[in-house]
Amino acid sequence: MKINTPSKLEKILAAGHLAVTSECGPPRGSDPEVIVEKANLIKDHVDAINITDNQTSVTRMCSLAACIKLKLMGLEPVLQMVTRDRNRIALQSDILGAAAFDIHNVLCLSGDHQSFGDCPTGQNVHDIDSIQLIQTVRHMRDESKFLGGDDISRSPKMFVGAAANPFADPFEIRVPRLAKKIAAGVEFIQTQCIYDLDKFELWMKMAGDRGLLEKVSILAGVTPFKSVGMARYMKNRVPGIEVPDEMIKRMADTPKEKQPEEGVKICIESMQRLKEVEGVRGFHVMAIEWEEMVPEIVEKTGLYPRPSVD
Amino acid sequence: MIVADRKPIEEIIAEIKEHEKILILGCNECVTVCEAGGKKEVGVLASALRMYFLNQGRDVKLDEITLERQCDHEYLEEIRDVIDQYDAVVSLACGVGVQFMAEKYHTMPVYPGVNTCFLGVTEKRGLWTERCQACGQCILARTGGICPVSRCAKRILNGPCGGSTQGSCEINKEISCAWQLIIDRLKALDRLDDYEQIDPIKDWSTDRAGGPRKVEREDVQQ
Ligand code: SF4
Ligand code: SF4
Repeated sequence: MKINTPSKLEKILAAGHLAVTSECGPPRGSDPEVIVEKANLIKDHVDAINITDNQTSVTRMCSLAACIKLKLMGLEPVLQMVTRDRNRIALQSDILGAAAFDIHNVLCLSGDHQSFGDCPTGQNVHDIDSIQLIQTVRHMRDESKFLGGDDISRSPKMFVGAAANPFADPFEIRVPRLAKKIAAGVEFIQTQCIYDLDKFELWMKMAGDRGLLEKVSILAGVTPFKSVGMARYMKNRVPGIEVPDEMIKRMADTPKEKQPEEGVKICIESMQRLKEVEGVRGFHVMAIEWEEMVPEIVEKTGLYPRPSVD
Repeated sequence: MIVADRKPIEEIIAEIKEHEKILILGCNECVTVCEAGGKKEVGVLASALRMYFLNQGRDVKLDEITLERQCDHEYLEEIRDVIDQYDAVVSLACGVGVQFMAEKYHTMPVYPGVNTCFLGVTEKRGLWTERCQACGQCILARTGGICPVSRCAKRILNGPCGGSTQGSCEINKEISCAWQLIIDRLKALDRLDDYEQIDPIKDWSTDRAGGPRKVEREDVQQ
């Protein structure tokens, strides 16, 4: 695999290792120590750390600032960027700002609708969409040009990622949609949390049949349940997540105090199975506000220690 | 058509309560079809206001007129002879009519009597839904005749987003996901392969973003 950027994540994938990424949500305040503390919990067990961009449309410290903080700690950030809040001027400008701090990974997203967050009466921007943001970063990187056509001095060297949700509807375009993102220039994918493994395997098989898995690195997204309540919430309230009934039952049948443990166990079992799926090149472990569990999950899945690349 | 909805009566009263001679001015076009500002609604609003002023013990002149349109000089001119009899107009036309009225009768206070909502259709009586945001550069040829600009909550040109669930948009189960509709329609047209064409970054300069727009056609100007 050809290396296009100085991204550590790209190098790890190119070397054929299973990559491990995780994520941190920035604080609802200006204290940078929150980021530092969260990062310290996971830094030895992951290759890169996503910083979410005002996730679920709740206003937080900006992703870029938090990524810079990680960079200053010597860590590898993945800058999440949603197209909800910024037009093409602001997006390009922030890409350059990130590149100025040698942030080498970006994840292009559309973002949840603002009605879910703390500013439901606000405007949204959506000047470009997530697929067009992928094109934008690739254009800036590979052509060294702005969207407006002018030259960029020192183009942003970013490894370009996107999300994919194998479980959203309609299922029949889930693989064509992946193909579209690949055509736009995406290089890695972090998937939505996978609970329905059969469906995920089907999606991967269909992607493989179309020859897509050689063109993109798929990191399987996983999130451990903390409780049966969370499992039910994910199933019923979070758009685009599917949780099989057996999994809910397994959580429900576990005594309350043992549920976190059971949730982690389910997560590890899923990862063991996912490791065997053709085309899975790594994991994106999203332990939402439960970062301290990441090391155990990574260790018990046999993904520790993390490889070093230069 | 332009779809509007009635303004709460309290809001209208708060605006006009100091006036003594009020004209309620309806419009016979879109707002009549969507039952917000036609002759019938003019009558209903006038009666409610008469009741209000009566209860206040005030003698306020309230007249009702409904014009063919309020967005054309020709029809708005029809009230020139009577406008001096009033000290305020409540226009039940869309925001376009209210403004044209204000421009033409420069010293006459004009208040909007409806909230102008969107460009849409009558799905059935009492249910109107959005179809177009007048982006000025129509892309319906590429999207199977379904508009993602107006009907996708994130106006995604290469959708759907990950929130599309069983045909509904992530923001509300009652709202169809535009991209589900587009895909269903492309399938019905046997054009699903077109789905994989990436829609390019849109030129929004013809949209609201480009500033107030105008269409000027010399071929039809006198
Ligand atoms: S693409 Fe633009 S002009 Fe066409 S229906 Fe949608 S908003 Fe209206
Ligand atoms: S669910 Fe469908 S309509 Fe709603 S924002 Fe996503 S793509 Fe647009």
